[in-house]
Amino acid sequence: MDNNNIVISKNDLLENANRLHDEKYRLVQICATRVGENVLLDYSFGRDYEFVNLKCEIGQNDEIMSISRVFPPAFLYENEMHDLYGIKILHMTTDYEGSFYRTAVKNPFFPLKEG
Amino acid sequence: MGFAEFTKTAVRNLFSKPATKNYPKVKKEFFENARGHVIFDETDCIYCSLCARKCPADAIKVDRNAKTWSIVRAGCVQCSNCVDACPKKCLSMGPEYTPVMTEKGCETYARVPDNTEDN
Amino acid sequence: MSRRSIVPFGPQHPVLPEPIHLDLVLEDERVVEAIPSIGFVHRGLEKLVEKREYTEYVYVAERICGICSFQHGSGYCQAVEAIMNVEIPPRAEFLRTIWAELSRMHSHLLWLGLLADAFGFESLFMQCWRLRERVLDIFEMTTGGRVIFSVCKVGGVRRDISSDDMKRIITVLDTIVADLKDFERVFFDNNTVKSRLCGVGVLSKEKILELGAVGPVARGSGIKLDMRKLGYAAYDKIPQVEPIIETAGDCYARCLVRLRELYQSVEIIKAAASTMPEGEISVKVTGNPNGEFFSRVEQPRGEASYYVRGNGTKFLERFRVRTPTFANLGALLATLPGCDLADVPMLVLTIDPCISCTER
Repeated sequence: MDNNNIVISKNDLLENANRLHDEKYRLVQICATRVGENVLLDYSFGRDYEFVNLKCEIGQNDEIMSISRVFPPAFLYENEMHDLYGIKILHMTTDYEGSFYRTAVKNPFFPLKEG
Repeated sequence: MGFAEFTKTAVRNLFSKPATKNYPKVKKEFFENARGHVIFDETDCIYCSLCARKCPADAIKVDRNAKTWSIVRAGCVQCSNCVDACPKKCLSMGPEYTPVMTEKGCETYARVPDNTEDN
Repeated sequence: MSRRSIVPFGPQHPVLPEPIHLDLVLEDERVVEAIPSIGFVHRGLEKLVEKREYTEYVYVAERICGICSFQHGSGYCQAVEAIMNVEIPPRAEFLRTIWAELSRMHSHLLWLGLLADAFGFESLFMQCWRLRERVLDIFEMTTGGRVIFSVCKVGGVRRDISSDDMKRIITVLDTIVADLKDFERVFFDNNTVKSRLCGVGVLSKEKILELGAVGPVARGSGIKLDMRKLGYAAYDKIPQVEPIIETAGDCYARCLVRLRELYQSVEIIKAAASTMPEGEISVKVTGNPNGEFFSRVEQPRGEASYYVRGNGTKFLERFRVRTPTFANLGALLATLPGCDLADVPMLVLTIDPCISCTER
């Protein structure tokens, strides 16, 4: 089991997603990790038993394009990231606007700084 | 295409003993290795509170000064991590499940004063 | 002229013990759109990893869900072991395989029972759960827990199965197979059952690939995708691990996949029991994980991926689970438009949703 990590910048995300879609990959998962004051996004794709992982580090206030138009189920993961980490994602196919998870506090996994 | 596939099972069920037990009268025997509840034996306990630190559910509280060991039975998840962690082997798992309780209390075991010297 | 109306499905619904809410937009009796809403049981277990030592967290990871609990524990352990370059003893690998397959059996029997209950066959439901009870007894005998085993740990397993117990397990499995054979035809040959399942919720192979569905849902549409083929634990040493596929892609096919996997699991357990080497069951793990890893395991419901990121301290930085239900939600939403309102419970059930898993 090997994790093929590819580090990309946030502007190349859609292009890479399109390429993987054309190569018949399926979306495995999207996850966010807090790294200091930044957020590390992992977009994992699979084809049969292959595994590719796109890594992309963004600031908490950065906006990122949604890949839900390329991979339809991505909107679930993106809404999840938005609700738990407060990442702003543009052009989601279905945007719950923060009501996907019913959390007691906003962005519980990455609380916004005061002020 | 068929029908009445279930007949065989249904007829057998009709003439065989029930799969369930007549509970309050007949009790199920616990397996010897079942993890039912934590048993605390205070004789060797040095109140190091390692069990409390290793508990993933934070169900155990140890007071080193007062020499008490307490457990919230309803909070315990029976993982037996404390049993593995105990350096003096004074914790063990009993196979019986915690009995039904009316309130989520905290069970405290205080050291019984005895004649032997305190360690 | 058809009228549009919205019927709420869940969060409390007879077919599901767990809360998921769907807003079904209906045109007469036909669903035209379904909007899911989850988050009723979000517990933040992923966040808890920052507060528990990585060796302890396995007991929390197991409690993400009561049905695939063993695979949650072993998936987490695998990821940590991969980061720390820990090689677990071969016997531990086999024991993990055996328990994982037993969990698959208990999960599939549970699901078959729930399916029977959903189409109104109560005695079949009882019969399935009666068989499941025997699997639970095996769990209690070998691991000490009926549903949540707490036998996996970083570096191996905590309990061994003696050869006497192994023989007893195999005898019990044989009785389960014999009893299952008695009524399995109800699932695949009965008129009433077939009329509820055949041709309902058809998902084509292409659609599945696009939606990224996993597990029996994907295999029911003819996709050979079974993470056991990755060869984690002892699956690489067992020849019986071939993905079971059906090609129809409807509810009936998904039911057949699960039914056949039950027999396959028995075969795998028998093969594992006969080739299991003697030896240690765990290795001592020292140090703290530093690094990151994605591990993937096949749960009864499909592929689950675990992401673990450590920073060299005993507390992990991030633990992330992508559960099969989360991946299959997309497939569920795709099957709903165009189906009858009466089929919705059946469709929701055939992806075998586990909401606790999904929300963690």
